[in-house]
Amino acid sequence: MRIISKIAIVLSVVVLASCNSNTAPNYQFMPNMYESVPYDTYQESGAFRNGKEGQLPVEGTVPRGFEIYEYANTLEDYNLAKANLMSPLDSLNMEADLKTGKELYNIYCAICHGTKGNGKGKLVDREKILGVPSYDDAGRAITEGSVYHVIHYGLNSMGSYANQLNQTERWQVAAYVMQLKKDLEK
Amino acid sequence: MKKVIHRNSVVRVLGIGLALFFSLSANLTAQEADPGAGKSLFNTYCAACHNLDRNMTGPALRGVGDKYEREWLYEWIKNSQALIKSGDEQAVALWDQYQPAVMTAFPQLSNEDIDNIIAYTMQPKEEPKAEVAAGPAAGAGAGEQGLGNEVVLAALALVFGMLVVMLYLVNKTLRRIAEANGVEFARAEEEKRLPIWKAFVQNQFLVLVTTIFFLLGGAYFAYGYLMQIGVDQGYMPVQPIHYSHRIHAGENEIDCKYCHSSARVSKHSGIPSLNVCMNCHKSIVEVAPETATAEYSKEFYDGEIQKLYKAVGWDMNTQSYTGETQPVKWVRIHNLPDFAYFNHSQHVEVGGIECQKCHGPVEEMEVMYQYSPLTMGWCINCHRETNVKVKGNEYYEKIHEELSKKYGVEELTVAQMGGLECGKCHY
Repeated sequence: MRIISKIAIVLSVVVLASCNSNTAPNYQFMPNMYESVPYDTYQESGAFRNGKEGQLPVEGTVPRGFEIYEYANTLEDYNLAKANLMSPLDSLNMEADLKTGKELYNIYCAICHGTKGNGKGKLVDREKILGVPSYDDAGRAITEGSVYHVIHYGLNSMGSYANQLNQTERWQVAAYVMQLKKDLEK
Repeated sequence: MKKVIHRNSVVRVLGIGLALFFSLSANLTAQEADPGAGKSLFNTYCAACHNLDRNMTGPALRGVGDKYEREWLYEWIKNSQALIKSGDEQAVALWDQYQPAVMTAFPQLSNEDIDNIIAYTMQPKEEPKAEVAAGPAAGAGAGEQGLGNEVVLAALALVFGMLVVMLYLVNKTLRRIAEANGVEFARAEEEKRLPIWKAFVQNQFLVLVTTIFFLLGGAYFAYGYLMQIGVDQGYMPVQPIHYSHRIHAGENEIDCKYCHSSARVSKHSGIPSLNVCMNCHKSIVEVAPETATAEYSKEFYDGEIQKLYKAVGWDMNTQSYTGETQPVKWVRIHNLPDFAYFNHSQHVEVGGIECQKCHGPVEEMEVMYQYSPLTMGWCINCHRETNVKVKGNEYYEKIHEELSKKYGVEELTVAQMGGLECGKCHY
């Protein structure tokens, strides 16, 4: 009898120890101070029809300082943007803008386009994504406006970066891309 | 004489060399196109939109040389829009099918280049025989290894069990023999001696020491248990899509902020929306065979990419979004209690702190887990040790100067700037 109880104790300890898994969160002390009363980011919520806290703004809403982009995602407007669209960045502040542009470019663009803009990024080197053009590609003849347009809408295999870069940042990246193009054409 | 012979041989060698050279160059010109050169051209210029065997932005290109006449292809590739505008029937038909995707003009490609590319597309499809053969073999190898370990362990356990049984049996037999021979072992003495627990109880000093020892030990473990309540260090939940940071941030060296872009500008680092995944996975539909590990096979990873396509509503065949999306219920790992305020942009952008400082070696994590305890003591400790990046921050220049003077230091720690005040994080 005693042996059986001893075995039971050892077994229960082992079972308890193995229950302590790291796939479930730990106990909380006073959960009502830990859990947010208002909605948390990305939380599920029955208050909205699609069951999510994250909602799109009402259609037509614009953030402060937002400027409506007038070119549509079509071939004609791409060509129009290429020919007509100009950067609103202050040319006197270009050095700072290029610096920010470079930082952003190295985060978002260099992974495919390469830090020099020659289309030889890390993903291209590893043959994950192929056919990334160099910025000095003659058939494309990119301009600041076309770069902005493509960052805004994406083109062919490239997706839109509008949700990662705001309007000013897009212009800063576009300015840096044009500088890379100039360096490549040297 | 010698000289003459020498000259003769030189002439002969030259002659043979020249003959070889001419025959080689003749071979080169006779050969129509070089698929090897075509492959590199294809990868540089075409592969952004075309794959040999599946439709991407543009159609699949294997065997394209048979479908169209060579002259027409030259014109199309060099400037497809001009050809469409000229009213060429084939060109207009293609345009109707694929618009608004415009094929970029490639005036820089010569006819020979295009011949090489077409030669590459005309190569028959390679059967993935080698891969298939290697796959199961590798799998079996890994399996055997796993099995081997288990077998060894089981054998050890068996041997150990047998030893225990044998010892018990030997002991029993010896005792029986001893009894049969009339040897009385230790029994008599046992009765005389005080049982050990009675002796223990009678020694009050020993009892006191033991009690204190147990109380202290108990308190130690109780404290340890209480202190880890609410701490989720090492929390590693199973996510709905097996996203490997090891592959993305480690092998491919994608910047953290590429996906977690709101860490630059907001309180939250942000869970990337699926369109960010599709920036690359529009083109990457499967993992390379060398990405697979012993634990996770290529089929497994490919299945996870398919889960992404299903969630975001991407139809691979038509290369378009169906509009039927389902949100992915990611499980949140890092979670501060509601009464503590933390802002990512403040640390990442202004402070210039590496993500890894708090999140650990994410680029090595196959499955993401919480690396740091995220306790208050841990925050405070870092605020005491870390110097603030004061250079190039004009907005705070004056207060930085005054504080430096006050503390008589060159560089300020976060704590010296008031980073330990309760109201900084709790309000």
